[in-house]
Amino acid sequence: MVSSPKDSERTPKPARGFSRRGFLGGVGLGGGTLGSGLLDRNARAATPPAKVAGPGTVPITLNINGKPVSLKVEPRVTLCDALRSYLDMTGAKRVCDRGTCGACTVMLGGKTVYSCSVLAIDAQGRKIETIEGIGGPENLHPVSAAFWNNDAQQCGYCTPGFVMACKGFLEEHPHPTLEDFKRGLGGNLCRCGTYIGVRAAVLEAAKTMTTTAGGKKNG
Amino acid sequence: MASTPDYSWPAMSTRKVMGTGPKRVDGPVKSSGRARYCSDMNLKDMLHGAYLTCPYAHARIKSIDTSAAEKAEGVQSVHVVAEAGSELQWQGAEIAAVAADTEEQARDALRLIRVDYEVLPHNVVDAALASIPAAYTQKAGERMQGDPDKAFTEAEVVSEGAYGIPVATHCCLEPHGQVIQWQGDQIQVWPSTQDVTDYAGELGQALKVPATNIKVKMDYIGGGFGSKFSPDSWGVVGARLSQKAGGRPVSLWLDRASEQTIAGNRPALFAKVKVAGKKDGAITGWQGETWGSGGLGGLTMPGNIPYIFNIPNSRRNHTSIRVNGGPQRAWRAPGNQQACYITCAAIEDFAAKAGLDPLEVFSKAVPYAPAARQDTYRLQLAKAAEMAEWKKLWHPRGQGGAGPLKRGLGAGFATWQGSGHASQCRTVINPDGSVRVELGTQDLGTGTRTIILQVVAETLGLPIGRIKLLVGSSDLPRDGSSGGSTTVGGVSTSSRRSSVNALAKLFEAVAPVLGAQPGQLEAAGGQIRVKGMPGKSMTWEAACRKLGTASISEMGVFTARGDTAGMTTGGVCGVQIADVSVDVETGVVKVNRYTAVQDCGLIVNPRLAETQVHGAIIAGISTALFEERIMDPRTGRMLNPDMEFYKLAGISDVGDIRVHLDIREENDKRGVIGLGEPPAVPICAAIGNAVANAIGVRVPKIPMTPQNVLDALEGRA
Repeated sequence: MVSSPKDSERTPKPARGFSRRGFLGGVGLGGGTLGSGLLDRNARAATPPAKVAGPGTVPITLNINGKPVSLKVEPRVTLCDALRSYLDMTGAKRVCDRGTCGACTVMLGGKTVYSCSVLAIDAQGRKIETIEGIGGPENLHPVSAAFWNNDAQQCGYCTPGFVMACKGFLEEHPHPTLEDFKRGLGGNLCRCGTYIGVRAAVLEAAKTMTTTAGGKKNG
Repeated sequence: MASTPDYSWPAMSTRKVMGTGPKRVDGPVKSSGRARYCSDMNLKDMLHGAYLTCPYAHARIKSIDTSAAEKAEGVQSVHVVAEAGSELQWQGAEIAAVAADTEEQARDALRLIRVDYEVLPHNVVDAALASIPAAYTQKAGERMQGDPDKAFTEAEVVSEGAYGIPVATHCCLEPHGQVIQWQGDQIQVWPSTQDVTDYAGELGQALKVPATNIKVKMDYIGGGFGSKFSPDSWGVVGARLSQKAGGRPVSLWLDRASEQTIAGNRPALFAKVKVAGKKDGAITGWQGETWGSGGLGGLTMPGNIPYIFNIPNSRRNHTSIRVNGGPQRAWRAPGNQQACYITCAAIEDFAAKAGLDPLEVFSKAVPYAPAARQDTYRLQLAKAAEMAEWKKLWHPRGQGGAGPLKRGLGAGFATWQGSGHASQCRTVINPDGSVRVELGTQDLGTGTRTIILQVVAETLGLPIGRIKLLVGSSDLPRDGSSGGSTTVGGVSTSSRRSSVNALAKLFEAVAPVLGAQPGQLEAAGGQIRVKGMPGKSMTWEAACRKLGTASISEMGVFTARGDTAGMTTGGVCGVQIADVSVDVETGVVKVNRYTAVQDCGLIVNPRLAETQVHGAIIAGISTALFEERIMDPRTGRMLNPDMEFYKLAGISDVGDIRVHLDIREENDKRGVIGLGEPPAVPICAAIGNAVANAIGVRVPKIPMTPQNVLDALEGRA
């Protein structure tokens, strides 16, 4: 993409100055060699990768909720956009679109990530878990159930990302204190102001997840 | 049953479903990520739209050339919003839009549009009144009441202060926009809107298409807060893009930068205020100069300052400022937060100057409040003080402790109307016993669906799960916009009337079978029975079978024009107290505890009502501590059109929130009153006052950021 003629034709001063997507487009060339994109410290120091993908669409395979999914996207397409626009998995929401609000949170390789800040091609070869994979309305995941039980939602647009962030957080901190999860969940923003419900939900989910996990591999 | 049925609410003590707190009915679908917002839609052959917006605060378009964009890969249609010669009055103004097979292609094509601008002079300054060129300011006439000069001459104490509240943006998480398809003479649109009912009419007018040819559908909305009432230009532009692309559906949503620059904000208001009074804390005079802006249209003189307290002697002046910035939109209690902050801060400063406890001074001002609310304010002041441990924790200004961490308390007052809007509801009872309820309203996440179902379940004596509810479509009976906290009063009244009417028809059908008059029947516990005769009853299903093949379909209409019959009223009060700690070395303000005593009417669902109050307070804490649209005076651009530098409160920022909803028989009799806005009013006031109490000086400017706090401490404010 860096050598694309379109790029060289771009005006030197784009309307919005620094563009995350432009930056990602510049560094995320290597189809997985660079790790998780913008937030990856290695990205800055990386040498030019050997293999150039794009500028057109490239076939990729993502492992989503335990199933391989093949699709064709341009290398600059984020994991968030790939899920939402190309695979119709719209639980993760695109809100700030630059790694601040957490509405697009999914699990990648067992860790929560902002899917707006990971390129889809870079997400290959690792397990992707989305809200669609952890339970539906009829069989709610314990975290989703706790959100419902504690009225931790209003408009609900931040909720799927918040649920995934809580799930990831609780898997790493099964017995959190209030202070723990105030820090651990500071990366998800809600505009309706449902944090009081979210706090109660995390406490409830911590209990139900540790009890249910007793009989499972996670225990 | 010829006489008008009795629609009045069942007595508080006899209610089975209303007044209880069932969990929100759309909770599972939302918390499992399955709720399909309009911005989540992926239709067959759908195109993705994107906007080119103006980079300048004020410019004229000399020429615009879209030919290269039209030929770009994947592009199916281009629509020019601002033709050559157009004048654009703020950064972010829409210039052209493109629809392409993919969003990436649409954004690439935008870069191929050539626009030649003539850059024109601008003003984006609102706070520094003296530095604004006269062309951008307009003075409103002076307004006087009583004899302010005499009040200030005779005053024993005069306080003086400066206060300011900057522009904040709505920052809805779901952007403004829609998916829209214009095929032939029919339009189908899936918008993010607070007003499903009026959307088709407004869009139709703009496009010269009969509203009857426009279908609107929205199941969920990701936040509106007053900024999503109209189809807006993007509704029109989306329709044009679809039409030009041969009727393919177009998904057009604002990106975050546009959200922050053009999709709504709360106007700024600044003030210099002098308060006159006696040593005992009785306030006698008010002199206030205000200035502010809601965009290019300026800002008319606020009619609500001093807020709540109608001080007998007052002089008010106001200057409206025009700024080249995105226009204001209604924000959760429009105009109230600013008026409340300026008023309650000035009163607190007066109390500090007089060396008095501000709650004493507020108490003495209560007789200036509307007569009908005075008793409530007195009760609320006492309750809030008790909950916040005011007696134990409050100290005179500036005595917040010896170390760098200073603790302080402060109070704010609120009022709001919130009576129900016009609403229509249809209830259908089928011979198989199924029940369908239809309203053209929308559920903003306030719990509207849940509340309607509670009302109908209460009326029909059925569990909530037995009733199917349809909302969010232009095919349904017309409702109103969800604004002004009017939804709950409207939909609860119409759905009560509709379900009472439908039940009356069912009673007529089964009365002969039960050997009784229709008026002797009641519906309870899934049965239709003769009142006072437990043996004479039949199940709901058996009763409905008596309808033969004909369903019952009955409307319930609420016109909101004096026909409330006590089912919904307006007018609530609130008192809130903030308890904060301020680090005078870093300027960081932390909310320790936040107390809200909230007046209310009939509460349909206490669980959801409390969530509403929490949400209003958290949004308020966010604006009090963090939120500010920062404009660059030189370029006229917003410097933080994003979410990393336009800061919202997170889960660790909101402290411990304690809410007292005053649910009791006396309030219940007032009927249903909306709660979305009243608790959102006093947070800047309470937190601003608490900070002043903690550190000993007034921080004039909201938000209470480290910079503003340190400026005040260093005398730079």
